[in-house]
Amino acid sequence: MPAPAPSVDYSTDKRWKIVEATMRRNGYQPDALIETLHTVQELFGFIDENALHFVTSKLPVSPSKALGVATFYHYFQMKPQGKHTCSICTGTACHIKGGEEILEDIRDHYMLNPGETTPDGKVSLLTVRCIGACGLAPAAVMDGEVVGNLTVEMIREQFDTWMAEEDDEETE
Amino acid sequence: MTKKRNNPRIAVHTYDELMDVADSTREQLDAYKHHITICVAAGCISQSSDKVLEALIAGAEERGMLDEVEIKGVGCLGLCAKGPLLRIDPEGILYHGVTVDDVDTILDTLKKGPNKKLLLSEEIPFFKRQQKVVLENSGYIDPESLPEYIAAGGYQGLFRALTEMGPNDVINEVTKSGLRGRGGGGYPTGLKWVTVAKADSNVKYVICNADEGDPGAFMDRSVLESDPHRVIEGMAIAGYAVGASKGYVYIRAEYPLAVERLKLAIRHARQAHLLGNNIFGTTFDFSIDVRLGAGAFVCGEETALIASIEGKRGIPRPRPPYPADLGLWGKPTLINNVETFANIAPILRNGGDWYAAIGTEQSKGTKVFALAGQIQNTGLIEVPMGITLREIVYDIGGGLPDGRHFKAVQTGGPSGGCVPEQFLDMPVDYESLREVGTIMGSGGMIVMDDSSSMVNVARYFMEFSMSESCGKCIPCRVGTRQMYDLLDKFVKRTATQRDYDMLVELCDLCQNTSLCGLGKAAPNPVISTMKYFNEEYQESMLQNEEALMGEKAE
Repeated sequence: MPAPAPSVDYSTDKRWKIVEATMRRNGYQPDALIETLHTVQELFGFIDENALHFVTSKLPVSPSKALGVATFYHYFQMKPQGKHTCSICTGTACHIKGGEEILEDIRDHYMLNPGETTPDGKVSLLTVRCIGACGLAPAAVMDGEVVGNLTVEMIREQFDTWMAEEDDEETE
Repeated sequence: MTKKRNNPRIAVHTYDELMDVADSTREQLDAYKHHITICVAAGCISQSSDKVLEALIAGAEERGMLDEVEIKGVGCLGLCAKGPLLRIDPEGILYHGVTVDDVDTILDTLKKGPNKKLLLSEEIPFFKRQQKVVLENSGYIDPESLPEYIAAGGYQGLFRALTEMGPNDVINEVTKSGLRGRGGGGYPTGLKWVTVAKADSNVKYVICNADEGDPGAFMDRSVLESDPHRVIEGMAIAGYAVGASKGYVYIRAEYPLAVERLKLAIRHARQAHLLGNNIFGTTFDFSIDVRLGAGAFVCGEETALIASIEGKRGIPRPRPPYPADLGLWGKPTLINNVETFANIAPILRNGGDWYAAIGTEQSKGTKVFALAGQIQNTGLIEVPMGITLREIVYDIGGGLPDGRHFKAVQTGGPSGGCVPEQFLDMPVDYESLREVGTIMGSGGMIVMDDSSSMVNVARYFMEFSMSESCGKCIPCRVGTRQMYDLLDKFVKRTATQRDYDMLVELCDLCQNTSLCGLGKAAPNPVISTMKYFNEEYQESMLQNEEALMGEKAE
């Protein structure tokens, strides 16, 4: 069965050229797949069907294989993420030092489970398996920055700030 | 780091050129009257050490001190709990918890002497009791500077191997050192190298496993962030020894800083001809590529890791054939962990006998541990094998905070177990740890106090193994799920004797019939907590039966 036709025109968005560059650098070989998916996620924030279609049209990999790989690895996101992301570390040290309570508080207070995004699209909550900041447990990665010695109050303050932000950039 | 260190274009083809770089770099460094170094590994950066570094440089510039004071970021100083850490040399002053507001105080130190409030004594057991081999440069050299690594004796091991020794001599030296795999298994490194060297093929590969997936472990991250060239040198030596000319580092995407520094180091090494063709003017070629992992714990298993490098789902396959015979793209492949490779250069530089003199009869050398959990001095430590757990927890670790009572220390992550108080005086080596039902693992050590429920800990690790199971073999895929559900019953105090018996049976089944290490080791945390903290399992059942009786009576 042929893959569904893409719903975007790949020539208008320059980011696809960068994706293609990754494939070229790896000689369009099957082992370029994971590296290419990393590039897609870096540029677009997530991997969708259009991206998989683009990648598998250039690499000798079937769409089903590519989907299998993309969904196998936790790091790859298949849905668009919110404007801000908060990844709570669920490593052992963070677990022992109260990471679980923080997740529970977010669940209770913001009705947000790991993997979900707030309805206004502002904040995505993720969990991550040990970011190696065990010395600072409990820790999280907020918009790419490691924040250590977390408390419920700190998380609430950050979430409230994010959620109160004006939608000034939304019209871009 | 904002201030990119100058990495002058250097090219190293001979020993003299290597020494020239070392000497001129040392000269440059010695020209400074003072050195202020601040940790810029991930732990301290998250406490804004990069901003302190920036402010220090700006402050020193304002005072016109930059000609006599060298200010730079360095790798991990170890005591992450008290970060950001800063050193002033040659005075030998160590400051902790520095902030941007302390910049003037720090710069005043050079004239007025140490500030008591920020001062941290290096005489404390945390520093005194350690012995550094892997971390010898960590916290002293700029991780982004190749000349500084060379000035610290770097690439001399590779030179010695390539010009004075044959591949067999290199392997003999590694065998003599007694080094064993630091990823957790403890397989003799020399033996692994011999097998790959003997494999008949003109194409072979060397893979560095930097997919540090154990929750609670950050040794590999720190090594790569603090001293990446050490790993590159180790890999190149391994390549020469086994006859490979291509290496891969498989590293977690979750470690962006380590990835960045590693890639930079590879680029510098290539520009300096320390990687590439005809290294040191010999016929030896070696190049290294970086492959990003994507968050799958199972990829720490050799065959799954190979599948992932090949661009496939990280699913293990039965062994044998081992990767030493049939590895990456069907070619003989040597896979070692970051810390293993980090030990190679010093072994070649100082000789295998030197290394073998450290440690115990069966476990040689030192081991890096990530100390975390309910302990005063969380951070990164390196100790000789055979040190006791008590020394690690109470002397180096400074004991538990707030007068809490020690309950257990967890090693080996989801594949390991919990060591209770009665074994605190046991030496830390591969065999002793295995005897008490846990493993050395990659080096995560989590200290737990008596507020931790061991049943809860067991469930936590089972949840981990369950969600990380790749799904290929049934004992692991279904077994971990069933064991998780049973453990959940214990946590919720609804378990019965039947559940207990079932759990014991499933542990045995999963351990003995799973395909790869993940499934085989998944029951370990349950088995060890059942053995040493059985009363906690019994308690949650007992109360439950009492509750049932109560219900019936009503």
